[in-house]
Amino acid sequence: MEKLYKFLKYTFIILWTVFIVAPFLWAISTSFKDFQSVNSKVTYIPWLDFEPTLEGWRVLVKSPARGGVDIVEPYFNSLFVTCTASLISIVLGTLAAYALSRFTFKAGFVRNNDITFFFISQRIMPPIVLSIPFFIFLSTIGLLDSLIGLVVVYIVLLMPIAVWIMVDFFNRVPKELDETALIDGCNPYQAFYKVVLPNSIPGLIVAGMFCIIFGWIDFFFAFILTFTEVQLLPVKVVALNSSITPWWSLSASALISVAPLIIVAFVVERYLSKGNLSGALK
Amino acid sequence: MNLIGENITYKPDDQFHLNGVSFNFKKGNLYTILGRTLSGKTTFLKTIAGLLNPDSGNLSFEDNDFIKIPVWERNVAMVYQQFINYPHLNVYENIIFPLKQRKIGEDQIKKDVEEALKTVGLVGFENRKIQELSGGQQQRVALARSLAKKAKILLLDEPLVNLDYKLREQLREEFKRIFTQGLSEDTILIYSTTDPQEVMELNGEVIVLDEGKVLQKGPAKEIFENPRTLKVAEISNDPPMNILRGTKNSEKLSFENISINSPSHFKNLSDQGYNFGIRASEIKLDDQGEEFEIELAEISGSETLLHLKKGDSKVIVLIEEVMNFKIHEKVKIKFNENKLYAFDQNEELVSSPYGVSHG
Repeated sequence: MEKLYKFLKYTFIILWTVFIVAPFLWAISTSFKDFQSVNSKVTYIPWLDFEPTLEGWRVLVKSPARGGVDIVEPYFNSLFVTCTASLISIVLGTLAAYALSRFTFKAGFVRNNDITFFFISQRIMPPIVLSIPFFIFLSTIGLLDSLIGLVVVYIVLLMPIAVWIMVDFFNRVPKELDETALIDGCNPYQAFYKVVLPNSIPGLIVAGMFCIIFGWIDFFFAFILTFTEVQLLPVKVVALNSSITPWWSLSASALISVAPLIIVAFVVERYLSKGNLSGALK
Repeated sequence: MNLIGENITYKPDDQFHLNGVSFNFKKGNLYTILGRTLSGKTTFLKTIAGLLNPDSGNLSFEDNDFIKIPVWERNVAMVYQQFINYPHLNVYENIIFPLKQRKIGEDQIKKDVEEALKTVGLVGFENRKIQELSGGQQQRVALARSLAKKAKILLLDEPLVNLDYKLREQLREEFKRIFTQGLSEDTILIYSTTDPQEVMELNGEVIVLDEGKVLQKGPAKEIFENPRTLKVAEISNDPPMNILRGTKNSEKLSFENISINSPSHFKNLSDQGYNFGIRASEIKLDDQGEEFEIELAEISGSETLLHLKKGDSKVIVLIEEVMNFKIHEKVKIKFNENKLYAFDQNEELVSSPYGVSHG
């Protein structure tokens, strides 16, 4: 019985792994192929099956005038928008979360939990509901089709995540820790940045990871709120999907656009497996 | 120049956490707050620390209105029942944290920390991480941090309650030593606990707190000998004092279906109904005594606690040796009538074996 269970378990894990990893392997192998290796017979293994070439990758950095597709600019646009919006969201979100976790607010019937819910409720409605208000808002203040405009919109989208994660984290930090800091001569601001913040790094990392992931993969708003001036990576990659761009360049662009997330995942995974995330406070 | 509280009341919801508490704490003394859980002990200490502001009442220290001074300027130190240290700092950094906040010179800091570490017995642990320490060691670090600070008011909120039995005994001994040697003359030490034994051992001035109200104030010995009310008698004894309803009839005391001789210190009491109190340790197994049935027998350490029943009367007996009993077994016990207390119908003490000092 136990053997059967083990067998089924590992079979499932292996199948699932193949399901996840196979497209990546296919994309990696395709990105190093040229016209001939893609269109002749089925090939998998470089050097053995086909002669690898960097042509697919070179196209990505060449300007369109020289027959390339140039994803460098959208790439850095995306990096800038995601990182800036995540950073601002984390800073504002952490401050908001600390206040919500430690102080009691009363405004009419509104209490702390209502405010926390208000933050997360921003993410409950489908994004398309927000598209028209955002569009009108950005065009009114003249930030349509600009990096700053996108940063503003992404802060709106990412801050609820940061608040939600950090409220939960701060609620698990004993209140006595703040109180001890106050008794030991810290004013409330010092208690926050000298004691609470250094002990909240695991929470900040998790919140930051979520912000970066959600910011990086967003296609919808990047598509709606930009035209010609600014282009973000997801929009650019989707735009490549035409008969003009060859398979090998498409594969390369797909790989390079998920690369940052893979790096984030590996870093956080290492951090998680060390137990640092849970063990800082007990 | 003392720490004086007048009529301090704190009522955040529909229940009193502190209800008209007044006190006058003098420098160089040890005060223990004795009360059950939720009796307002922590609220009391937090009010003195400044973490809570009372709804009404005055609090003054060294002739300053203490309520107007924020926590971080009050120069108090507090040790919690949970082991609260700064997890991101090591032992040494933890202890110097309050000193650095107060911008004390490097040399002085070094001296103070060394002294504090020596007092709590943690020399050599300076570079350890907090998470690597045992519970007892963590609590020592918290205590060292409070001592090194040389605060004028030192608050300890049930500091031993989360430790295991053996460590508690050991630390209690050390606390006594630290409190008598390690503290300067102008420190006020306030120690809260649920454990009457701790109160007796620390032997300071006691304040018995219940539902936010001060029930009795006085030296530990007096609380033990003359608990002013039934409630104080319950709170200040572990196991709680046995209370039996009965009547005095000239030379006899009769409970439910037991009759014993009235002790000499009861001779001035009028013949009527009383609540008689007797400590669990003042009832002895005796073949000549009354027969009771065992409901529960528990062994703790080197003592045996018997929960006995006869009719509606229930008593707890403390035997100072380990003995095995079967449940529902019958045993005979005898009350030491010379240690009987009498409380009147209003639950106030009217006669005690040590003589009642008040009316």
